[in-house]
Amino acid sequence: MRNVQFREALREAMSEEMRRDENVFLMGEEVAEYNGAYKVSQGMLDEFGPKRVIDTPIAELGFAGIAVGASMNGLRPIVEFMTWNFAILAADQIINSAAKMLQMSGGQYSCPIVFRGGNGTAGQLAATHSQSFEAFYAHVPGLKVITPSNPYDAKGLLKAAIRDNDPVVFLESEKMYGDKGDIPEGEYIIPIGVADVKRKGKDVTIVSFGKIMKVAFEAAELLAKEGIELEIIDLRTIRPIDYACVVESVKKTNRCVVLEESWPLASISSEISYHLQRYAFDYLDAPVMRVTQTDTPFAFSPTLIDEALPNVERLIKAVKQTLYRN
Amino acid sequence: MAVKTANKPTKNTKKASASQSSKFTKDTYVKWYKDMLLIRKFEEKTGQLYIQQKFGGFCHLYIGQEAIVAGTASACKEGDKHMTAYRDHAHPIALGTDPRVLMAELYGRSTGCSKGKGGSMHFFDKSKGFMGGHGIVGAQIAMGAGVAFAEKYAGTDNVAFVSMGDGAVRQGALHETFNMAMNWKLPVIFIIENNNYAMGTSVERTTNVTDLSKIGLSYDMPSRAVNGMSPEAVHEAIAEAAERARKGDGPTLLDIRTYRYKGHSMSDPQKYRSKDEVAEWMEQDPIEHCLRVIK
Repeated sequence: MRNVQFREALREAMSEEMRRDENVFLMGEEVAEYNGAYKVSQGMLDEFGPKRVIDTPIAELGFAGIAVGASMNGLRPIVEFMTWNFAILAADQIINSAAKMLQMSGGQYSCPIVFRGGNGTAGQLAATHSQSFEAFYAHVPGLKVITPSNPYDAKGLLKAAIRDNDPVVFLESEKMYGDKGDIPEGEYIIPIGVADVKRKGKDVTIVSFGKIMKVAFEAAELLAKEGIELEIIDLRTIRPIDYACVVESVKKTNRCVVLEESWPLASISSEISYHLQRYAFDYLDAPVMRVTQTDTPFAFSPTLIDEALPNVERLIKAVKQTLYRN
Repeated sequence: MAVKTANKPTKNTKKASASQSSKFTKDTYVKWYKDMLLIRKFEEKTGQLYIQQKFGGFCHLYIGQEAIVAGTASACKEGDKHMTAYRDHAHPIALGTDPRVLMAELYGRSTGCSKGKGGSMHFFDKSKGFMGGHGIVGAQIAMGAGVAFAEKYAGTDNVAFVSMGDGAVRQGALHETFNMAMNWKLPVIFIIENNNYAMGTSVERTTNVTDLSKIGLSYDMPSRAVNGMSPEAVHEAIAEAAERARKGDGPTLLDIRTYRYKGHSMSDPQKYRSKDEVAEWMEQDPIEHCLRVIK
């Protein structure tokens, strides 16, 4: 095993796949000569040259569209967005073009393309730079959506995403790029659509994904001291969701809290809650609870940020509500 | 009230065509005539069937604009790729797609060119290099440049032809794409099928720059206006642009001035233009023109 940063794991995934397949290339703002706004693509220009590691102008809609057209015509682009907030400008190409192409062309043209970049809150960046897009993109048939929470998952899932023949939305975090984790020496791939039980427990199931999972791990340690054992599920893939993993866990624990970094309305937590009341109704001993960001645009002030984001205290409170304890 | 339009038809006289016809064989004229007539008849039948409610959805006819796809088809080669917006019935016909699979698509049949999933606005035929049929105005401009990107990446001499209406010129996607296509010297030809109306809004009402061939100039893109009622003029412009693209010299913008005789879609009452204006353009009909040359 090697201990590497999240950004290194992503870089290894891209570089390995580019060595394996000539048709894979990387494009985006600052990915080449600047070595990546967050240094994910550091050194890749040196290895692969300007034909395959391509700096773009600040034109998200344009370069996303060029990538979609290239993917229809035999290439496998990786498109880096500096953050997913900026990719809203490219949403037409992601949602109207890439997600639709295979179906709309009667199976004649697919879009094997990975759109990736930083997602979610990242400190005091205020409202336009702090949004999470899992629910936005998970809503769209034709897309796959991945949110890894650690370097090991990030590498294995990004390799799977690059080899996938459908467009994949790959959501990272500026706050996670420096996180370290162990990855094996050899090649490995993590299949899309498979959740991972990150911690076993018998009392309450926590369903989460991405960097906010750290809150769950911290809460689990504290609650263990009180004799409450959390089972923590990392969805890893948001579309397709591994519902079976969630239902199996809840059949054992009979209680569930969904922990999500983003807003509550039309969210992944509302989707999981629906699914549990539909497919695990007889197993539930308490209503499904959730802890999400407050239903407001994200603020700049640290005081307001603390109020807005899910935290250990709020998660513990929700867990105890499912146990009818104070 | 109908407004004055900047575009005026250029006359297709038999005399002019006779002098030009030395460049083109009678076989070429016959091919253009057959292609354009097939498109015209397909579209007339499509319009009839639509009114009879044989199929639903939106329906945008190409009648009047046939010389653009005919002149493009005769000037391109196998391996080239073609993409357009939602007024897409004519392009696959000109490229040789069996009109029956297109009609089946209009009927929503699994035997249609997009298996009944796409409908009128989303025709596809990979075997002919026809990459759609796209419903969002301007989206195909960026995608078409991406198609060209892949050809350049693979080292072919194929060219991507991307068609758009004059309304799409106002989309940001065009400007972002023009910039990158020139910067990266992509083998792409941008074709404005300039029929002077974005649905019911004339070019004059949405811009101060009514000469759309100037749009490429701020990107240093070779650009020119072309008589879209003349298959000869279209062919020559396309051939010249394609040669430049195949040599690696990058994109061209062709502002091809044409006219749609019918409304924007089947539900368009056409109150924004005069009958005289329509008649003036119909006098330059490219099908009649080819027939006169052949005779």
